[in-house]
Amino acid sequence: MDESDLQILRIIEENSRLSPEEIATMTTLGAGDVRARIRALEDAHIIRRYTTAINWEKAGNSEVAAIIELKVSPERDFGYDRIAERLSRFSQVRTLRLITGTYDLQLIVTGRNMQEVSRFVSEHIAPMDRIRETATHIIMKSYKENGNTFFEQQETERLPFSF
Amino acid sequence: MRDPVSERAQAIPPSGIRKFFDLALTMEGVISLGVGEPDFSTPWNICESSIYSIEQGATSYTSNRGLQSLREALSRDLSWRYRLTYNPDKEIVITSGVSEALDIAIRAITDPGDEVIVAQPSYVSYAPCVTLAGGIPVPVECREEDKFKLNPDSLAEKINRKTKALMINFPNNPTGAVMRKEDLEPIADLVIDNDLILISDEVYAELTYEGKHTASATVGDLWERTITLNGFSKAYAMTGWRIGYLCAPQAICDAALKIHQYVMLCAPAMGQVAAIEALRSAEDDKNKMVEEYRLRRNMFVAGLNRIGLACHIPEGAFYAFPSVKKTGLSDTEFAERLLTEHRVAVVPGSVLGEGGKDHLRCAYAVSRKALSEALERMETFIDSL
Repeated sequence: MDESDLQILRIIEENSRLSPEEIATMTTLGAGDVRARIRALEDAHIIRRYTTAINWEKAGNSEVAAIIELKVSPERDFGYDRIAERLSRFSQVRTLRLITGTYDLQLIVTGRNMQEVSRFVSEHIAPMDRIRETATHIIMKSYKENGNTFFEQQETERLPFSF
Repeated sequence: MRDPVSERAQAIPPSGIRKFFDLALTMEGVISLGVGEPDFSTPWNICESSIYSIEQGATSYTSNRGLQSLREALSRDLSWRYRLTYNPDKEIVITSGVSEALDIAIRAITDPGDEVIVAQPSYVSYAPCVTLAGGIPVPVECREEDKFKLNPDSLAEKINRKTKALMINFPNNPTGAVMRKEDLEPIADLVIDNDLILISDEVYAELTYEGKHTASATVGDLWERTITLNGFSKAYAMTGWRIGYLCAPQAICDAALKIHQYVMLCAPAMGQVAAIEALRSAEDDKNKMVEEYRLRRNMFVAGLNRIGLACHIPEGAFYAFPSVKKTGLSDTEFAERLLTEHRVAVVPGSVLGEGGKDHLRCAYAVSRKALSEALERMETFIDSL
């Protein structure tokens, strides 16, 4: 890992569709070098996958997402890791984090509708061993995800020429 | 009726390409590389602090010099950033943009008939400001073979008994040229030996892509005869806030302050509050913008050279300054046809003074997507010639 690797990561995090050639011109590295570095970053699982930021609400998707908070009794020797791993296997669990504060784990769960999400929580999450308490917050609207705002921003007016 | 317009106002040239600008305003789908300002919005924490101050009722005049807290923050910032030492109470004036700072700097030092050497190509207002102050602007050309740096021999040729000052701007608008310490040293010798004042517009200082910016006043014994001009517009994407500043030894600063208090009173209060926040918390935002400009520069300059517009790598600012000589068109013809036939707006170099001829100023402060599209259109145009 050096400064050039970090630079490449910053560039493709923002736009993963750029070709190695385009990245090469921007960074003044060689295209072969960029390709090799990206391959190495993929092999090291630093680059996990190439994804997009989609405003699903605008796409007309009626999927429901909820933030679920859990109080969990940690296990001797393993802490929260084993239960977290079990939880992470559910495809409905999109995000899972260990957090400080009143609750221990925070999940983002998605489902086709509210019933599906609540059924998932009550049937699969709440009854799990070591889970003492759950709190479910349905996400009503998303304004910003991972640095991308979903507001329609008005083009600000710029003069075509200025010195 | 006698002519209502003063001889001085008549003496300054109108913008030679006004018609051309107006044309661009009426056209649809123009990609403009003609803009001398960042395409980013001001970082939100800066805006937010200013909005809050307005809510708190901070809408009055400030002291003529500018808010004390801003001057103090600025003095500290200049010291760690560039090793520039200016006393916040005696040697700094906050102005309405660098444009005003430039005007009052020139008026503070120029007597009728004084010659002020202006390194060109340059921002359009330098020479007219000298004329308006009753001085005589004397252009000195920064040549392409010197990578658009100011050559001490060319400068020496222009100096005579009437020369009062030298006006420079590095990193340079429009060429992107940067003067390193070793480039400034021979200039410093000439300035000192001939007892000149140096006016150094360093508004693009933070947009230096290789190494660190050298502030002119830190070179040799230049401090005591240098007026440093800088501002928040370019580094922090704050053009519309109109906040610049002038730093100079007390005698010059006092004179500039007198003019400032009669013509401007003070810089906008909201902008000054925003500037304090910029110094306090916008370093990361600024660095991200600079990094983005660097990527765009590399991509755009490589593209220009590929399509046949020879262009050196600009080391600072956000302008590429390619030559159109090979196309057989003059810079004005090229720019006009590029706009009318292919809807890309650039500034013909000849309007930016000596040495600008046969070049185009292309600002790469636009999105990468717009830059790619502009390059494609320019390529189509060149292939059609």
